[in-house]
Amino acid sequence: MEFEAPAVQLGAIGPEIALVTTALLLLIVDAFIPEGEERWYLAVLATIGFGVAIILAANQWGERELQLARMVAVDNFATFVKTSVAVFAVLTVWLSRDYLKRSEDEESEFYALLLFAAAGMMLMASAADLIMVFLALEIFSISLYVLVGFRRRSLASQESAMKYFLLGAFSSAFFLMGIALVYGATGTTNFYPGGGGEGIAGYLVSSAASDVDLLVLGVGLLIVGLGFKIAAVPFHMWTPDAYQGAPSPITGFMAAGTKFAAVATMLRLFVVVLYPLRADWRPILIAVAIATMLLGSVLAVIQEDVKRLLAYSSIAHAGFVLTGLIAANDRGLSGSLFYLATYGLTVLGAFAVVTVLAGRKERNVTLASYRGLFYERPLLAGALTLFMLSLAGVPLTSGFVGKFLVFGAAIQAGYWWLAVIGMLASVIATFFYLRVLVVMYMQEDDRGLQPAITGRLANSVVGLTAAATLVLGIVWGPLIDLAERATVFFA
Amino acid sequence: MTLDSYVPILFLIVLSTLFAVASIWVSSRIGPRAPTPAKLTPYESGIVPEGGIEKQRFPVKFYLVAMLFIIFDIETVFLYPWAVAYDNLKLFGLIEMGVFIAILLAAYVYVWRRGGLEWVD
Amino acid sequence: MTSGDFGQLAPLIIALPLLGALALFFFGRRIGTAAGTVASATIGAAFVIGVVTFFELLGHEHGHRSSVVELWEWVAAGSFRVGVDLLIDELSMVMVLVVTGVGTLIHVYSIGYMHDDPRYPTFFAYLNLFAASMLLLVLAENVLLLYVGWEGVGLCSYLLIGFWFERPAAANAAKKAFIVNRIGDLSFLIGILVLTTTVGALSVGQINAEAGAISAGMATVAALLLFGGATGKSAQIPLYVWLPDAMEGPTPVSALIHAATMVTAGVYMVARLSPVFEASSGDLALTIVAWVGAATALFAAVMACAENDIKRVLAYSTISQLGYMFLAHGVHAYSAGIFHLATHAFFKALMFLGAGAVMHALAGETDLRKMGGLRRVMPVVGWTFAAGWLAISGVIPFAGFFSKDAILASAWADGEYGLWAVGVLTALLTAFYMSRLYFSVFEGDLVVPEGVHVHDAPVTMATALVPLGVLSVVGGVLNLPGVLTLEHFLEPAVGESHVPEGLIPWVLAGLALFVAALGIGLGWRLYARRDGEARRRAWQRRVPWLVTGARNKFYVDEYYGGLVVGPAKRTATFFADVFDTRVIDGVANGAGWVVARSAAGLRKMQTGYVRNYGLVYLFGVVLVFSLLIMKAVR
Repeated sequence: MEFEAPAVQLGAIGPEIALVTTALLLLIVDAFIPEGEERWYLAVLATIGFGVAIILAANQWGERELQLARMVAVDNFATFVKTSVAVFAVLTVWLSRDYLKRSEDEESEFYALLLFAAAGMMLMASAADLIMVFLALEIFSISLYVLVGFRRRSLASQESAMKYFLLGAFSSAFFLMGIALVYGATGTTNFYPGGGGEGIAGYLVSSAASDVDLLVLGVGLLIVGLGFKIAAVPFHMWTPDAYQGAPSPITGFMAAGTKFAAVATMLRLFVVVLYPLRADWRPILIAVAIATMLLGSVLAVIQEDVKRLLAYSSIAHAGFVLTGLIAANDRGLSGSLFYLATYGLTVLGAFAVVTVLAGRKERNVTLASYRGLFYERPLLAGALTLFMLSLAGVPLTSGFVGKFLVFGAAIQAGYWWLAVIGMLASVIATFFYLRVLVVMYMQEDDRGLQPAITGRLANSVVGLTAAATLVLGIVWGPLIDLAERATVFFA
Repeated sequence: MTLDSYVPILFLIVLSTLFAVASIWVSSRIGPRAPTPAKLTPYESGIVPEGGIEKQRFPVKFYLVAMLFIIFDIETVFLYPWAVAYDNLKLFGLIEMGVFIAILLAAYVYVWRRGGLEWVD
Repeated sequence: MTSGDFGQLAPLIIALPLLGALALFFFGRRIGTAAGTVASATIGAAFVIGVVTFFELLGHEHGHRSSVVELWEWVAAGSFRVGVDLLIDELSMVMVLVVTGVGTLIHVYSIGYMHDDPRYPTFFAYLNLFAASMLLLVLAENVLLLYVGWEGVGLCSYLLIGFWFERPAAANAAKKAFIVNRIGDLSFLIGILVLTTTVGALSVGQINAEAGAISAGMATVAALLLFGGATGKSAQIPLYVWLPDAMEGPTPVSALIHAATMVTAGVYMVARLSPVFEASSGDLALTIVAWVGAATALFAAVMACAENDIKRVLAYSTISQLGYMFLAHGVHAYSAGIFHLATHAFFKALMFLGAGAVMHALAGETDLRKMGGLRRVMPVVGWTFAAGWLAISGVIPFAGFFSKDAILASAWADGEYGLWAVGVLTALLTAFYMSRLYFSVFEGDLVVPEGVHVHDAPVTMATALVPLGVLSVVGGVLNLPGVLTLEHFLEPAVGESHVPEGLIPWVLAGLALFVAALGIGLGWRLYARRDGEARRRAWQRRVPWLVTGARNKFYVDEYYGGLVVGPAKRTATFFADVFDTRVIDGVANGAGWVVARSAAGLRKMQTGYVRNYGLVYLFGVVLVFSLLIMKAVR
């Protein structure tokens, strides 16, 4: 039995290795520390891990190659996504530190799982093979299933984790079936040609149009599987329940990170590799995007729970970012990247405010409990105002710029009517973002809502994300520039 | 290949689904309903159902141990193909397997320190 | 266009009120009663800088008075570039002077008007923020920046209309204003996008320079979408419905935002981007602008005749006068439109402030039937209001005469005799309803609510009234042939306007004067004389449909409700009762209700059972598959 051992350059997945190593270290170190000690070092270790990962990822900027048996692409696109995910994760770690402080839930597992999830998301961004995509997807999904149910004393948390897990497994099965169909049609799971195989991209170039039917069915199932992760209608049903039950910092991370990782894969897969098949996947994604934008916006209007409201808002945003993907042009690519990077920061900020007010017991998460917040906590209310305005897409916030870019891309690609529907949906969405503001500013309440968390770390997360939301809404040149240079793929 | 030949199957699926749904709906609509406790019990074949598996209790720890066994057992299975292909993989294979074992070991230490192997608390 | 020759101080014009707003917002409680002074000082300083910049501009030769001040680069993506740039030229400076000048006076007035309000600093923070947004809108060199200002003034308008949000009417009015404006804004935004994609740039200068090269059809679409935005912000048919309700806000707000400045944003925008409108095929876009303006002018004037709330009369009057300005634009007379914008800002702000002083003195009474003879007890307010009344009625030599006459003359010169006739008819009605207002409130026997001690306006309020009164009297000299010609001054920015030659202008002016006299005379007969009551009844018997119609605002709010509801009603009369109560306040609530209802229906899908979630998921999969197979088969 003879075979060629594959060339392995571990540098390609350096950031991921850093995260996984840190996670293992965390687990072992923590196992030797006696119970009842202050566990500040967990967050410190995790932060260091993410710092190393960011440095390693940033080092890959400018490279363009395929490594690890052509399964991992190292390019600017992957680097952009990896860095953003790591930043989201660091903010989540800091927020979680104050959230978990001195509680029985503050355990190494929480941070380790966060590190694993981030590693999976990063791998997702550079995966250049369907098997690798699936592996990455499962790495972060399984970590998140556990994190969603991490509030062990809370039935709601347990229930939401169970639902997320069952439906996630369901969706993974479809995704796998899609991979199988693609493999059956093309004989490969690799994205790019080279190394003796032609890859999916190569297959599309060399095959006649009539030969792609089976491939198209497979692609349909890939849309289904990835649509579940980004919470696109009709694969979104888990979202409100999981978002509501999960610990608030984790909810923020899911909204920011999962969406970015899954959309990154979709961008690489659909806009680059399957670009010749766009006549087939576009109609489906258009239908999904329209349903997602409208249903998310409409259903958010009647939510009374802030976390559920943000869950529906995140569904709607999945639809908005899909318009950039559907455009399938350079502006759409860079626009989507910009959109997701800024949306991630904004939504993390919004959940940070929710976390600070709700605390570990997750109280005061109804809209009514925010009554008159402005008069109690003007800065917190001000930050939340900024996040809401950004999510609504009001000028001078990063959300406006993102919407402007993706809708602009859709118009450039000739899908102006999709942009019009998108804008209609954002008008509907304005209703419920405004509702939050009305409650905070225009209704008085004598209960005097006080934050459940007063830690400096959590407050600094609110401050940092608020600053980012504002600054990126005014000075958006540099980030857009980076996003544009990040559309350099291995292709 | 083309999918034209599968269209009849699609129609068949749609038709059979419709038929099934319709017949359940119709029978629930036109059939008389006079429920009694006896009729509502499952396995209504003259046998009174007794407490099934839900009444027999055994410690959840069995699951934990079984799981741990399976995880470590299956992972060591990877050692066999490596041993067979050892000549081809050379030093690189040795290092890789070292990393693999190290991760396994880390997991083992973790399980041990967290009390996963204790039978009695 | 020359770049950065002058106007380096211009950024301060925006920055000062903005800083004032921020300071008041964050340290409002500490600043306390000094808030009014602080706010007035910032806007006053902005006015001074505006004057300095204006003289700087005058220092340059005619035709070279345009400068772009580049602050920083906002976006640079390939060839696509958006900068935070300010455009200083004749048009924007006239607007700056009006906004800061009138704005300062109204800030000062508010010190007196609002001094008992518990949220005094917040009010001035909003007011300053509004001024900053409005100035940004006016000075913006690219349409994106203009849009930022556009949304900013909309937000401030919303906040200020709803300032007394504990009153449900105010809260509802604020919501209505915001949502109706959003409809216009959507149109405006799409217009900007269309314009940007066809021209490939956001810069006002570039758009105007290349507008001629756009295909006529595309230009028409873009122009009409932009005008759609203007109908929202400047309260024209069909989106004018929010403005009368907006009178629920404090009176200085009505004067500043809903008479002098914000509502003129649409008028300014059309003038700013006039080359786009000119590029439309066969003047289609401009014809529509003119007729919408004329129709609004007439329609609103009729409604003003039947309104009894003193502020709402003024609101309808504002809508009507804005219609005049669009009429002017529609006949290529942009400078006449801007001229009227300026004089209108003077006399309408004056009358609003006068009305505010009256309400202040009469403990909040707004029904003009319950007032009378106030000039004798409130001489300052009475005399200045009289100046505003004569100005808007178009009596020579007051400001309104000149600006209105310029519009009507331009319409005649353009050969649009139909528009001219509507304009003259509106002028008649204007003179009539303003006389009605003036005679009812200020002349005749003294009528005041019981237990109210009437006093004249306090010093701060009077300080604002007198300068505005003077401006209303002499504002006409801005464009007096041979003395000062605003038209000639604005020419490089908005193009030349045509005026009739020879004897015609004198005849037209004479006619306008006659019409004004007729209107005032009619008002005097019906409302100032003791036998007016009987005469009024006679009129009512003759044209009952007109009077009832006007009194009910021609049921427009109800139509808007009905249009949305209509189809639903036919299909499901069951819902009729629920629907009716929901739509009384028009499209806005109706649309919101539709959204809420469909959401209520859709939420039932979210059962909480995993099996149902899985089913929905499976449904999605089947849908995707069916789509793909159908497509493959075809």
